Amino acid sequence: MDHFARLGLEATLELDGAALDKAYFAAQRRWHPDRFVTRPAEERARASLEAAAVNDAYRTLREPVARAVYLGSLSGVEMPGDGRTIDDPDLLMQAMEDREELAECAAIERVDALASRARDTIARELAALGGFLLHDDKGAIRKTLLRLRYLEKFLEETRARRINLERVGPAR
Amino acid sequence: MTLLQIHEPGETPLPHEGEAALAVGIDLGTTNSVVAFARQSKPAALHDETGRAMVPSVVAWDEVGRAIVGEPARAILADTPDRAVASVKRLMGRGLADVTAIAGVLPYKIESGAGAHDMVRVVAGGRARSPVEISAEILRTLKLRAEAALEKPVERAVVTVPAYFDDAARTATRDAARLAGLEVLRLVNEPTAAALAYGLDRGAEGLYAVYDLGGGTFDFSLLHLEKGVFQVLATGGDTALGGDDFDRLIAERMLSERKHDGLGDVLDTATVKKALLLARQMKEQLSERDQTSGRLDLAGKPSFHALTRGDFEALIAPLVARTVEIARSVLLDAGKVPADVAGVVLVGGSTRTLLVRQAVDAAFGRPPLTDIDPDEVVALGAALQAEALTGGSDSLLLDVNPLSLGLETMGGVVEKIVPRNTPVPVQLAQEFTTYQDGQTAMSIHVVQGEREMAGDCRSLARFELTGIPPMTAGAARIRVVFAVDADSLLTVSASERTTGIEQRVEVKPSYGIDHDEMADMLHAGLDHAEDDMMARLLAESRVDASRALLALDGALAADGDLLSATEKSEIDTAAARLRAAVAADDRNEIGAAAEALETLSKTFAERRMDRGIRRALSGLSVGELERRVGT
Repeated sequence: MDHFARLGLEATLELDGAALDKAYFAAQRRWHPDRFVTRPAEERARASLEAAAVNDAYRTLREPVARAVYLGSLSGVEMPGDGRTIDDPDLLMQAMEDREELAECAAIERVDALASRARDTIARELAALGGFLLHDDKGAIRKTLLRLRYLEKFLEETRARRINLERVGPAR
Repeated sequence: MTLLQIHEPGETPLPHEGEAALAVGIDLGTTNSVVAFARQSKPAALHDETGRAMVPSVVAWDEVGRAIVGEPARAILADTPDRAVASVKRLMGRGLADVTAIAGVLPYKIESGAGAHDMVRVVAGGRARSPVEISAEILRTLKLRAEAALEKPVERAVVTVPAYFDDAARTATRDAARLAGLEVLRLVNEPTAAALAYGLDRGAEGLYAVYDLGGGTFDFSLLHLEKGVFQVLATGGDTALGGDDFDRLIAERMLSERKHDGLGDVLDTATVKKALLLARQMKEQLSERDQTSGRLDLAGKPSFHALTRGDFEALIAPLVARTVEIARSVLLDAGKVPADVAGVVLVGGSTRTLLVRQAVDAAFGRPPLTDIDPDEVVALGAALQAEALTGGSDSLLLDVNPLSLGLETMGGVVEKIVPRNTPVPVQLAQEFTTYQDGQTAMSIHVVQGEREMAGDCRSLARFELTGIPPMTAGAARIRVVFAVDADSLLTVSASERTTGIEQRVEVKPSYGIDHDEMADMLHAGLDHAEDDMMARLLAESRVDASRALLALDGALAADGDLLSATEKSEIDTAAARLRAAVAADDRNEIGAAAEALETLSKTFAERRMDRGIRRALSGLSVGELERRVGT
């Protein structure tokens, strides 16, 4: 059963957060191990597995990029594992420039601006991905997902950089 | 027992009897502990004859080695510090390296653990004792208090732990409860329990933060509350930051003042305990007035020390700043800003400190909610959850895994498998491969923590996956599965995937306690136990023995052919002895017979493990494997 089906949701990129939460809570009301404490061992084991699967579905579908990568895998587009070579020269160039820019940031405001630019790009790429998925354009899907995953990592790096600057800088 | 490890996780061969027994909620705190009971969603803390709900988490031992817990033990701590132990929670699941010294001297007399088990032992009352054993004394007292108040046997409990407790400390807590004769229905995180009590009481909805500063630990959790759902979004903390550290700073200041005045103190555990006790009194006084003073008498040389609130706040400011920094990073983890938070609930006795309240107020731009007793709210939440688990309820607690779990890979780098703040229970897998041609074994090192290098994280377990069919480097597909249960306890299993057969290896944390140690402690505790205690222990060893026998029967049926006729008959004889012991009333004989059987069947268990692995990995020829990998 795929993650969408497990939560009784339509497999779509634009998932409403409130609807996801509602479906998730309903599934956990049914399967959470807390509801099986006094049940026989087999039922407990089953519930635990179901609850784990529901949690996996929820954490995957909750984040837009993770959801996009998952939708890609449902369309048969597999992503390379971490640390594998990326065959997109433009993306590599972009990544190098972004990182350089981030490393040179001395002010928190500059870091925030970079993060905000990355978030805008993510939104644009996600919008484009919708069309590629519709037309099952595997090449374009893969390329977009790679970009999205890179952008997400970059956002994480801006977060780390921000914390570093806050620690070093004067108390705010 | 060795044979038991072959069972599927979560599977209990014998269903637990006595479903009618009551279930309570227990807050096992660093400084104080509380037991509470809920009826129809109305929780109440259980009091002693004098009306006190809090039991000081202090254990002392009398001349004959009998344990004394609570207020009387605290009195002993002041007079004869060698016979008492306080703040034992800080040592749960800890090694010597984790323990903070005061002026180079620990307030505990400590021995490092024996053998592979690194958990420290505390020397008090003339004997080395495990923190698990000492915590069990506190839990036993709480259990007795509950039974006296409710006039019924109490055998099950929800026990709270700091959200930021790691796997080892959680396991240690569960073991302590078991030792005290309590089945742990669930380990609930302290801030989550507090939110449950608070939310159900006030009908709160929206995003709430729980700031929990106790005697020894700090937790900060962010929860989404909505119509009976308590969803933890993110949590963070420090298991070595609490009111004890405030005391330590005051004590260090007094000791350095004495040194300055030429009172050459020779510091030992007893003097340090004395200084800490005085420091604590002074700290508590400063919650109500602007200045205080104390008289410290060490080795007949008294000294007087004045402390203003300003002095105190200057001492603790860095620690308070650290809690605010943790709170900020938890908000960041959840993608929230302070303005999103509808209310901040204060939990733990140390939140009475004015500087703490001011800091929270400043960080969130609103005064924190303090109208629920911060000392009792955690136990009340635990009691509500105990009722929900045994009697059914509409509320739903969705908690997260507090610390990332991962594996050490090439070069000591950590590969995270279950990131922090993942909702539990959860089961996540990752595939690894061999890096040398013909490699047949892979060592697996499980770590917990946020750092990049394995050496900087807590090591939970190491095991060797052997019997991998020789292949070219990178061809094998080793799948490692991390299963985290609703108590945030981890089970790791590994299998070579090309064969399609699962092989499970249950992993115990390095700081956990094995069955033999547990049995030793039960024996030691027996010497001075009450009669009802004896009865319960006997019942427990019967259950354990019956489980072992059941496991043995299964193992013999499946793999009996691994034994020679002599070995088989030896095991049969030992099993018959254990069966006879279970039918009789001598617990020591059950223990001895179980141990004898365990020793005899060790080789058998090892052979079974080997066979299991070989079966899992040798189902196919190498040629076939390569073809499959190639597709």
